[in-house]
Amino acid sequence: MDISTKITAEIVKEHGLSEEEYEIILDRLGREPNINELGIFSVMWSEHCSYKSSRRHLGKFLTKGKRVIQGPGENAGVIDIDDGDAIIFKMESHNHPSYIEPYQGAATGVGGIMRDVFTMGARPIALMNALRFGEPSHWKTKQLVNGVVAGIGGYGNCVGVPTVGGETNFHKGYNGNILVNAMCVGLADADNVFYSAAKGVGNPIFYVGSKTGRDGIHGATMASAEFDDDSEEKRPTVQVGDPFTEKLLIEACLELMATDAIIAIQDMGAAGLTSSSIEMADKGGVGIAINLDKVPQREENMTPYEMMLSESQERMLMVIKPGKEQLAYDIFEKWELDVALIGKTTDTGRLVLRHERKKVCDIPIAPLADDAPNLDRPYTIPVSRPVIDAADVHETQDYNDALTRIISSPDIASKRWIWEQYDRHVMADTVDSSQSGGDAAIVRIHGKNKAVAITTDCTPRYVQADPYMGGKQCVAETWRNLSCVGADPIAITDCLNFGNPERPEIMGQFVGAIDGMNEACRAFDYPVVSGNVSLYNETNGVAIPPTPAVGGVGLIPDLDYIATLKGAKEGDTLILIGETEGWLGSSIYLREILRREEGAPPPVDLEVEKRNGDYVRKLIRNKRVNAVHDCSDGGLAITACEMAFAGNIGLHLSAPSDCPLHGWLFGEDQARYLVAVEENSVNPVLSTATAKGVAAQIVGKVGGERITADGAFDVSLEALREKHEAFLPELMS
Amino acid sequence: MRTAVITFPASNCNRDAAVALEKVTGEPPVMVWHRESELPQGIDFVVLPGGFSYGDYLRCGAMASRSPIVKDLVEKANKGLAVAGFCNGFQVLTEAGLLPGALMRNKGLKFVCRPENLKITNSDSRYTTKYGSTTDVTFPVAHHDGNYYADDETLNKLEKRGQVVFRYADNPNGSARDIAGICNEAGNVFGMMPHPERAVDAMHGGTDGINLFKSIIESI
Repeated sequence: MDISTKITAEIVKEHGLSEEEYEIILDRLGREPNINELGIFSVMWSEHCSYKSSRRHLGKFLTKGKRVIQGPGENAGVIDIDDGDAIIFKMESHNHPSYIEPYQGAATGVGGIMRDVFTMGARPIALMNALRFGEPSHWKTKQLVNGVVAGIGGYGNCVGVPTVGGETNFHKGYNGNILVNAMCVGLADADNVFYSAAKGVGNPIFYVGSKTGRDGIHGATMASAEFDDDSEEKRPTVQVGDPFTEKLLIEACLELMATDAIIAIQDMGAAGLTSSSIEMADKGGVGIAINLDKVPQREENMTPYEMMLSESQERMLMVIKPGKEQLAYDIFEKWELDVALIGKTTDTGRLVLRHERKKVCDIPIAPLADDAPNLDRPYTIPVSRPVIDAADVHETQDYNDALTRIISSPDIASKRWIWEQYDRHVMADTVDSSQSGGDAAIVRIHGKNKAVAITTDCTPRYVQADPYMGGKQCVAETWRNLSCVGADPIAITDCLNFGNPERPEIMGQFVGAIDGMNEACRAFDYPVVSGNVSLYNETNGVAIPPTPAVGGVGLIPDLDYIATLKGAKEGDTLILIGETEGWLGSSIYLREILRREEGAPPPVDLEVEKRNGDYVRKLIRNKRVNAVHDCSDGGLAITACEMAFAGNIGLHLSAPSDCPLHGWLFGEDQARYLVAVEENSVNPVLSTATAKGVAAQIVGKVGGERITADGAFDVSLEALREKHEAFLPELMS
Repeated sequence: MRTAVITFPASNCNRDAAVALEKVTGEPPVMVWHRESELPQGIDFVVLPGGFSYGDYLRCGAMASRSPIVKDLVEKANKGLAVAGFCNGFQVLTEAGLLPGALMRNKGLKFVCRPENLKITNSDSRYTTKYGSTTDVTFPVAHHDGNYYADDETLNKLEKRGQVVFRYADNPNGSARDIAGICNEAGNVFGMMPHPERAVDAMHGGTDGINLFKSIIESI
C-alpha cells in the first residue's frame, strides 16, 4: 500500500471503519484521506486504542484517593507509599496474540506492560500474571500453556524482574480464546514521575530502542475483532519480543530520567509510532512533525503506512529539552541502542509526516482523540442465576474422595509447574511469592523495612452467574488478599476481558461487572488507577466467560508485621473469621463434584468485608496470628488444606453447629479468613472480635500429619499433597 | 577489603551480588562496567553476577567471555585473584576457560527456579571453610542452562583434586555427577549455578549463603 492507493469502500471496510466513522474523517479533513491517513484513523479509532464501547462506563469508576498521584489516562497509575516513594503499576491483556502465537504473544505482553511502567520513571520491581486457558482435555490447551508460560518466563527472567505471583484457571469457555493478562509494579521517586504530554514548540523528538520492522502491523485492529477459523493467518500480526533490548531500554531510560532532560516520554505500544506520537501531541496540545526517513528501520523499502502501523517492540518516543540532545545521545549510545532525532513539536496542532521529501500525511490531531467514537451500545444486564439452597445440593457420600478430587482439580491444583519457570527472587527483595501459595506476594522496597503486597484475582464463574455481584467479588477478593498479609490496600488496576460488545447481553455483562466493581472500590476507598479493556474475546460467535481481572496493590508499612499462610504451628487453634451459611451456588464443589455450573454466586456484603478485613489486619499488627489465609475457592476445607501444605503440618476441622456439612466444608461464603492462633491468643481474639461485631469461631486445631474433619474426611497430608501437585505435571508431560 | 561486581548490559543479579557483598564486608562493592578494559586497582575479590550478559542469544556467557573486562579478569585470576561466578557468571567462567566443563540446557528443557538443597563436598575450599561441620545448605536456583557437563576424565580429576565443592541433593538440571559448584585447581576461582548471593537474608532466600562470602573474604 503506498500513497497512490485509491481509497475505496472496500479498503475503508478492511480498516474496520464504519461508514459513519468514515464520514467523520471526510468532514474533519475536508477531503479524502490518503492511505497513510486512513491507516492512522483506523488504529486510533479501533476498539483497542479508542475504548469506544467502554469509555462512558469506565468514567464511573472511583479514580481518586488520598494516595493517588496519577489515575487512569497515563501509561500507568501512580500511588504514594510514603517517604518520597511512589508505586507505578498497571495490568494489560495480550489475549489475541497469545492465542495465535503463545510464546511471543505472552512475552511481548510482559514487555509491553513493563514499558508502560518504566516509561513513567519507575524501575519495575515485580511482575504478576493472570492466565485463563481452555479445558485441560482440549487439544490446544497443552501447547498454549507451554508457550505462554515459557514466553512469560523467557521475557521476565531475562530482563531480571521477578515474577512473583498470579492465578491460572481452566475452563472450556476459553477453548477458543485464552486470556493472558500481565501486570507490572514499579518503584519511582514520587517527585520524579514522567508523563506523556509533549510541551513546547520546536522541541526535539527522539526515537530510541529497537529498529522498526514490519511486525505487528494492525495488531491493535486484530485485537478489536473476533476470531474465526482463519485466525491462524493472523500470525504475522503478532510482534516478536527481545528482552535483552528491553533490559537496555530500562537502564538507559532510567539513567536519562535521573538527569533533567526529558519533557515527555511514551512507549510505542499498540499502534506503535502512530498512537505514541498522537497521544503525546494531543495531551500537550501541540502538533508534531516527523521525518520518516530518520526512523531506524530493520527492513528495506518500508512505506510510511508500514512504519506508522508497525508494532515492533522495545521502542520509545521522547521529547527532549533543547540543549540536552547530546546527553540523550551519550546515554543511549552507552547502552548500544538505536537513537534518532526524528522530528519536532510544532504549533500547528497537526500530525505532519514526510517521507522521501514528500508530505505523506497531514491531519489535525484533535479529531483523532476528541472525535474518536464514544458509543452508547445497548445493553441488557443479565439477571442473576437463581439462588441454590445448600440443603438442595446433593451431599457427597465419600468426603475423602470429594476432597481429593477438588484439591487436584484444574483450578485448585498446585501451579508449581508454572511458577517454577519464573525467576521469583531476582533483585533480592522478594519476601513472599507464589512459592508459598499465599494470598498476596510481598516485595520489599529496596533498602527499607517496608513492602508492597500485590495480588490478582477474578472468579469468572461468579461473574458469569451474576456480573454485578461477581464484579464486586473480584475487587473484594483482592482487598481481602492484601489484608491477609497485613497490607493496607491502596488501589487497583484492572483488565476487563469480555466478548463482543455489539451484543447487548455481553455489553450487559460489562456494565454490570463495572457497576459491581465500582461499588466495592467506593466501599473500600480503593480506587482504580489504571487498566485496560479487552473486548471481542470470542471465536465463531462464542464469548469467553466475563473476566474482569483485578490487580490490587497495598502497603506494608513495617515488615515486622506481616502474615502469610505458612506459619501454622503444632497446637495452634484455627479460628474462622466471618459467617458461614454454606453457600454452594456457583461453587467449585458444585462444578467439580456434581458437574453443575449453576446458582447465584455468594453475596458480597461490603460492610462486613470491610469490618472483617480491618479486624484481620489489626490481628496481624498485634501479632496475634501465626498464619492467615483467605477463605475463597473451594471453601473452608480447601483453605485449610492450603494452610496445611504451606506449613507442612496436619490439622483437624470440627463439625458445624447449624449448617449442612458439605456447605460448611465447601461453601464459598465471602468475607472469611482462616487464622491459626496460639493457645494464649484464642480468648483475646474471640473477645475482641465480639466487641468489634466480627463473627469468629473456633473451627479446629493444627497438628499431626493428617487432614481431618469431623464426620467428613481423614487423609494423610502427604498423600493429599501428592494429588495437589500432580495435575499440571501430568497434563504437561 | 575491596570487592567488585562486573556488570554486563543484561546482568540482572548485579544488585543481588552487591547486597550480599555489602552485607558481609560492610562496604558496597565497586560496580565495574563491561566496557572497562581493566579492573580498578586494589580489588581483592570479584563477582561475576547472574543474568543474561549480552542477551545470551548465542551460547550463554560466550560473548561475555570475550569482553575486554573479562580478558583482564582472566589474567588476574591466573595470577591468583579471587573470582566467583554465580549462575550466568559460572557460565562466563567456563566459556573463558577459567573453569573446566560447560553448562548445557537443563535436562527438563525448562527454566527452573526453586530453593535447592546442596551438599558441601569440600569443606576445606577457600569458599567453604566457614561452614565448619555443616554439610547441608539451601540456595535458590534460577536458570535455563545449568546442566554441568565435562568428560569423564575431567570429572575424575575434579573429584580427585577436591574441586567439586557443592553437589545437588536433588539434581534439578541433569548436571554430571550432581555437580552444583566447582573451583579451579588453585582454589581461587569458583563457579556455581545456584545463587548464594540470594541467600544472605532471612526474609529473602534464607541465610545459608553468608558463610560462602565470609569464607572467601577471610581467606584473602
